[in-house]
Amino acid sequence: MINKSLKQLGSMLQAKEISSVELTQEYLNRIAVLNPEINAYITVDADNTLAQAKAADQMLASGKSGALTGIPIAQKDIFVAKGWKTTCGSKMLETFIGPYNANVIERFDAAGAVNLGKTNMDEFAMGSSNETSYFGKVQNPWDRSRVPGGSSGGSAAAVAARLCAAATGTDTGGSIRQPASLCGLSGLKPTYGLVSRYGMIAFASSLDQAGPMAKSCEDMALMMNVMTGFDERDSTSLQREKEDYTRDLNKPLAGLKVGLPKEYFAEGLGADVAKVVEGAIAEYRKLGAEIVDISLPNTMLSIPVYYVLAPAEASSNLSRFDGVRYGHRAAEYTDLMDMYCKSRAEGFGAEVKRRILIGTYVLSAGYYDAYYLKAQQIRRLIAQDFENAFKQCDIIMGPTAPSTAFKAGEKADDPVSMYLQDIYTIAVNLAGLPGMSIPAGFAEQEGKPLPVGIQVIGNYFDEARMLNVGHAYQQVTDWHLQMPEGI
Amino acid sequence: MSLCSSDVKRIAHLARIEISDAEVVVTLHKLSGILGLIEQMQAVDTTGITPMSHSQDVVQRLREDVVTETNQRELFQSIAPAVEAGLYLVPKVIE
Repeated sequence: MINKSLKQLGSMLQAKEISSVELTQEYLNRIAVLNPEINAYITVDADNTLAQAKAADQMLASGKSGALTGIPIAQKDIFVAKGWKTTCGSKMLETFIGPYNANVIERFDAAGAVNLGKTNMDEFAMGSSNETSYFGKVQNPWDRSRVPGGSSGGSAAAVAARLCAAATGTDTGGSIRQPASLCGLSGLKPTYGLVSRYGMIAFASSLDQAGPMAKSCEDMALMMNVMTGFDERDSTSLQREKEDYTRDLNKPLAGLKVGLPKEYFAEGLGADVAKVVEGAIAEYRKLGAEIVDISLPNTMLSIPVYYVLAPAEASSNLSRFDGVRYGHRAAEYTDLMDMYCKSRAEGFGAEVKRRILIGTYVLSAGYYDAYYLKAQQIRRLIAQDFENAFKQCDIIMGPTAPSTAFKAGEKADDPVSMYLQDIYTIAVNLAGLPGMSIPAGFAEQEGKPLPVGIQVIGNYFDEARMLNVGHAYQQVTDWHLQMPEGI
Repeated sequence: MSLCSSDVKRIAHLARIEISDAEVVVTLHKLSGILGLIEQMQAVDTTGITPMSHSQDVVQRLREDVVTETNQRELFQSIAPAVEAGLYLVPKVIE
């Protein structure tokens, strides 16, 4: 049951072979057993979840159901959900109960999907290992001593340990793709503007984008059909015709031009990861793809640019947490200024504070041109790299992350080495392009198989083709169906 | 651009985050590492390049000036740290 695709689960629900309540209870039972150690969920609310499952069963009985009706989905704790504790992984929001629904939550609710709970994450989505969460680190189900990646580490671990049928994530610099790679699942960051950011707690607004994390590309296509669409309440939501992301899944790949950026295979890429990626490219040749060498010359600059722009936007976005209208307020203070400073010092963790300080510094008087403006200029160069590359190929392929999952604590005290985890993913956010990670094999470390993902980068709005590229691979390989031991 | 302790204190004040002297030392070290990374940008000649603030060239949408939200004051204030008579309470700011 736990390894079934969303389509298979949907058929079983439609045929009344199983009810949504039964399916949901199965996952709740698994969460009760495995979550105390894996810590993939911050909040589980069985009553609330089962009430949704009952409603879904009524929808199924009435014949008004859709592809995801009755299917239990885990929601990253960055999405505000009405009546649900919504923490964003922070002490600042430890007691915050959502007073409304994020657009993503509304869309899953309308589709009749069941909210299985809120998943753990790096605090305010700032991190690549899930170790900055106020609610404790998350274990990688493939090796419990290792990190699941981040920031959507709880969602990734939940899918990998089969603690949900699928999950949502958000990706500002790689936060869907890197944990998907490290936990052996499929994750897609859509083109900026396709999924509404309404009710998705803001980190860096010009980069943040929500997307699906699931066992396969077929599952992700079904989730994209639910998650995407125009929303008036997000000023950057794009007005486009509704697409069916499953439409091209079964197209043949013959003649597909796959570009390999030489910068993604240079120094810094682990030899074990490189070997798996090369194996996947060989498989694509067999599927009829034509491989072309390309260059994205400004790749290395994406990290410095990101660590100016993202903290700058974060310092502005997180100024709303002032201990006045919601969130943590210090117990003791002398005056209003002291209340702000103490509430924020107590409510935010070390990494969040660091990023607020960096952002405040680069935006402060006298430094704007040297940092913020300069970073925006280089951002254009990075976007132009992709524009030029897509003149030579249909799709870009390479590694998602430079290494397999690392040990908990290994990089926690060294922000710069942690930031380098996102070397292959960040440029995609800066350009606003869609990017995806799919499982492509394993590399063994200390006798344990650790998943390796390949990244597929598409041109703007080319998600249907990317899912086709991933689905074709998943028809001839079974990496995506492998499960960790002991789950 | 190298930072010093007084810079860290000034930035922390601008960001409204209280910071102890012991924290300043650690923070200075970590921020300097990050700024070192950022410094790589300075090697690039960006003369004449239009800054890119956003990935999509879209214009701000306009809408009719109509009420779209209902009054939910009680719901919103139910999660506030301190309220009284429908108002948010903060320390006295005017003598």
